[in-house]
Amino acid sequence: MIGELLIGLLVLFGAVVSALSAFGLVRLPDAYMRSHAATKSTTLGVLCILCGAFLYFMFSLEHVSAKLLLGIVFVFITAPVGGHLNGRAAHRTGVPLWKDSVRDDLSEAMRREQEKEKE
Amino acid sequence: MKINDVILQTVTKIVVFIILTMAVYLFVSGHNSPGGGFIGGLVLASALVLLFLAFDTETIMNRIPLDFKMVAAVGAFIAVATGVVSLFFDVPFLSQAYSYFNLPVFGQTGLATVTIFELGVALAVVGVVVTIILSISEDV
Repeated sequence: MIGELLIGLLVLFGAVVSALSAFGLVRLPDAYMRSHAATKSTTLGVLCILCGAFLYFMFSLEHVSAKLLLGIVFVFITAPVGGHLNGRAAHRTGVPLWKDSVRDDLSEAMRREQEKEKE
Repeated sequence: MKINDVILQTVTKIVVFIILTMAVYLFVSGHNSPGGGFIGGLVLASALVLLFLAFDTETIMNRIPLDFKMVAAVGAFIAVATGVVSLFFDVPFLSQAYSYFNLPVFGQTGLATVTIFELGVALAVVGVVVTIILSISEDV
């Protein structure tokens, strides 16, 4: 009984967080903020839904699914790296920041590096 | 400017083992659940492609000194050979045998000769996919 409640809450929470992530993808102004919204909350949402599925298989079908555990670990490791690579590729190809951004330390560091290389 | 790929390379080193485990699992479990030689081979090839993406092509080819065209050829040969072997037992081409054995660690295990055929399929798939990826990634 408590297991069913927990599974329901986990799946619902995951779905709501994923929906919030989709809203962030539509509403946020620049590529880096969108990547921020898409990476973190989608990872959490997918993790919650997978945990719910894992608990469902464990409680209702009495089957411990190692594949789901492996999937949870895999998504947890790889999704943030995907977000990192997206943001890095965007910054390196010169995608502009939001117009009200205050500072951009990475581009200054890259400029200094390039000047050092010229000398 | 020097490109610093520490995060991608470190994560690749960990994740490749998960993918390879998944490939072996899919390959072995193909008899009773979704899986088998084709997708096992594809997942294995995807682990190799991830290595090629994160590191250099030359670095990986030095560490894994396999000619993937030969891998594909050996796979096709194994698949045909299992079919030919069945001819020696007076049964039609590609007949498969299945029976139970008592293995020391696993206990009673069902072993099928289809696994060898699937091994051939997996090797052929790995060889073909990696050959395609490598040959279209080369600068001419």
